[in-house]
Amino acid sequence: MRRHTISILVENRFGVLSRVSGLFSGRGYNIESLTVAETNDPQISRMTIVTRGEERVIEQIDKQLNKLIDVIKVMDVTSEDHVERELVLVKINAEEKNREEILRMAEIFRGKVVDVSPKSYTVEITGSESKIQGFLEMVRPLGIQEMSRGGKVAISRGAKLLAPK
Amino acid sequence: MKLSGSRILIESLKAEGVDTIFGLPGGVVLPLYDALYDADIKHILVRHEQGAAHMADGYSRATGRCGVALVTSGPGATNTVTGIATAYMDSIPMVVFTGQVNSNLIGNDAFQEADIIGMTRPCTKHSYLVRDTRELAQTVKEAFYIAMSGKPGPVVVDLPRDVLVKEVEYVVPGKVLLRSYHPTVEGHMAQVKKAFERIKEAKRPVLYVGGGMILANASAELLKFVDASKIPVTTTLMALGSVPTSNPFFLGMLGMHGTYAANMAMHETDLMIAFGARFDDRVTGRLDAFAQNCDIIHVDVDPTSISKNVTAHIPVVGDLLDVMKKLNGLFGGDKTDWDGKHREWNKTVDEWKSLYPYRYEKSDAGVIKPQYVVEQICKLAIGREAIYTTEVGQAQMWAAQFLTLDAPRTFLTSGGLGTMGYGLPAAIGAQAAYPDRLVVDIAGDGSIQMNIQELATAVQYGLNVKVAILNNGCLGMVRQWQELFFKKRYSHSDLRSGPDFVKLADAYGAVGLRATKESEVRDVLKEAFDVKRPVVMDFVVEREEKVFPMVPGGGTVKDIILL
Ligand SMILES: Cc1ncc(C[n+]2csc(CCOP(=O)(O)OP(=O)(O)O)c2C)c(N)n1
Repeated sequence: MRRHTISILVENRFGVLSRVSGLFSGRGYNIESLTVAETNDPQISRMTIVTRGEERVIEQIDKQLNKLIDVIKVMDVTSEDHVERELVLVKINAEEKNREEILRMAEIFRGKVVDVSPKSYTVEITGSESKIQGFLEMVRPLGIQEMSRGGKVAISRGAKLLAPK
Repeated sequence: MKLSGSRILIESLKAEGVDTIFGLPGGVVLPLYDALYDADIKHILVRHEQGAAHMADGYSRATGRCGVALVTSGPGATNTVTGIATAYMDSIPMVVFTGQVNSNLIGNDAFQEADIIGMTRPCTKHSYLVRDTRELAQTVKEAFYIAMSGKPGPVVVDLPRDVLVKEVEYVVPGKVLLRSYHPTVEGHMAQVKKAFERIKEAKRPVLYVGGGMILANASAELLKFVDASKIPVTTTLMALGSVPTSNPFFLGMLGMHGTYAANMAMHETDLMIAFGARFDDRVTGRLDAFAQNCDIIHVDVDPTSISKNVTAHIPVVGDLLDVMKKLNGLFGGDKTDWDGKHREWNKTVDEWKSLYPYRYEKSDAGVIKPQYVVEQICKLAIGREAIYTTEVGQAQMWAAQFLTLDAPRTFLTSGGLGTMGYGLPAAIGAQAAYPDRLVVDIAGDGSIQMNIQELATAVQYGLNVKVAILNNGCLGMVRQWQELFFKKRYSHSDLRSGPDFVKLADAYGAVGLRATKESEVRDVLKEAFDVKRPVVMDFVVEREEKVFPMVPGGGTVKDIILL
């Protein structure tokens, strides 16, 4: 069972998100993360879904997505040379003795402190899965109060485009 | 010209060639019903909206055209859900128009508001909530196009009341162009040739034909193919009628209650050629024992059906009519001696056929055997261009086994969802399309009660359907499983409390007839078929009769229970 990142272009229409997510839940496919937002063409939205499954299941997911009327294009970017990124906001315990360490970690992982309070620092961190895992491991001992992950976004490298015909 | 949404809808329906719709009015669709009052579209008033959906479905299956239902918001819409799901599972094209509360009230739990788009999302091919009257005509056109093209299916169009009332300029919509929807129609010639070459190498090929053949109107091409290739052919429940029962290469239906010959051929074959079938579990039985020693060619218009349950070695995506024509075109330049090549195999298959045909023990003491009734229905229907519908259960299976069919679109049954209550409204829908043909619903005493209210519809419009109830006083198929697999613990499957179907028919203004002895069966049928009114026939049949052969669920042909 491999993890796959699937990019989908859909018509930016009422109910399209529920059609896609409903397909996954109705057929028992899992979703590790899902993001969706408009593209540079406001009539088109782009979704990125991270899922796991046997090759056979992934093939079905691809076909089933294509079968949805509002789906314009589907690409399993896992099979392409591509870039994946995720943005995470982490609120970390900022007791006196921790503060220095949080700043140091943020710096090492090229994160940014975006909010400060007497009890917490909120760090914004962007990157690949392994970078984010690495950061989280380092700050976990300090105490993570809250975390909000954006889900993965992905794009293929070079000339290859995901675009309507 | 400025028209109200209601008028635009009617114009749009006429533009699609709709002549009949099935529906029932209510609050939010009253403006539309007002416009229907003097429109020249026939509207059939049902007694329950499930009936409207099944009628549209039956109309569609019988004609190949798109069925149309119209209901109000809330409970009207939710009542259609079983009908929509039934059509979805069997890929039947229809458009269901549901009323919706005023746009500005949506989401407020307004009176009779239901999120019908949300509720039907998993059982529709597509759906629309119309937000602006100016989009209505285009939406209707798209809805029909989507329902009918590619792999067909039901489409829901939800119509808020204000959209129906508002007046806008009516613009006749142009051709439908959807950048996100390109159903594959033409089969890839290289794949078709590859399939043909593989067929030439096969020693024991078998054709496994599904409902897609009927949906694609490709039965005539199939017969040409069978005739040229001399390959034995079995069909699913859904494809009955695509090959005449009398065709010498026809093995009968396959699957759980299919023939010994069909199931053996599927087991012994070295090349399974699937046309518009989807390897459903009632056909495959235990998957890891299915098609172990053969290659599979799978032709289907729906890529998701290919290699979903069973991996296809040569997939061909495309409309069956197109692919069958291409295949048939290849026989011309080919020198294969098909007759000689398949002679041995056909001999083996014929032996299986004659060894275990469908059969039943003839009645003693004059008790009516349900299979006998089905046989007689067929005999007496000769020359009447009969269309048969079924409910679900034993009666459905006996109909599938013992009816003689010679044309597609003459056997309408809920295969995928297995919906009890389908048969009577579907029969009414078919009769509405073909007022002069004989339409018979083969029913159980359980199923018929699920939409019996539609008898009133049949009577009101003179749609003279004939309901043949094989009355065994129980939920027969449930009882059969309880007898065979639950130690005869007949938990909640007894129906002997009635009703008296003859009196019931009478109360509805239909004709009620009853036979309790075998000797009465033919007279009842003759009278029923001749009288120009809807008829309910109550055949009191042998209660213990079971459907055989049977491959138990999850079993293989080795587990087949013969009579
Ligand atoms: C709506 C619905 N509910 C339940 C079932 C499950 N079911 C399948 S067959 C059957 C018994 C049908 O009994 P009857 O209509 O009397 O037909 P028979 O099997 O006796 O011919 C039942 C309850 C179903 N298919 N559909």
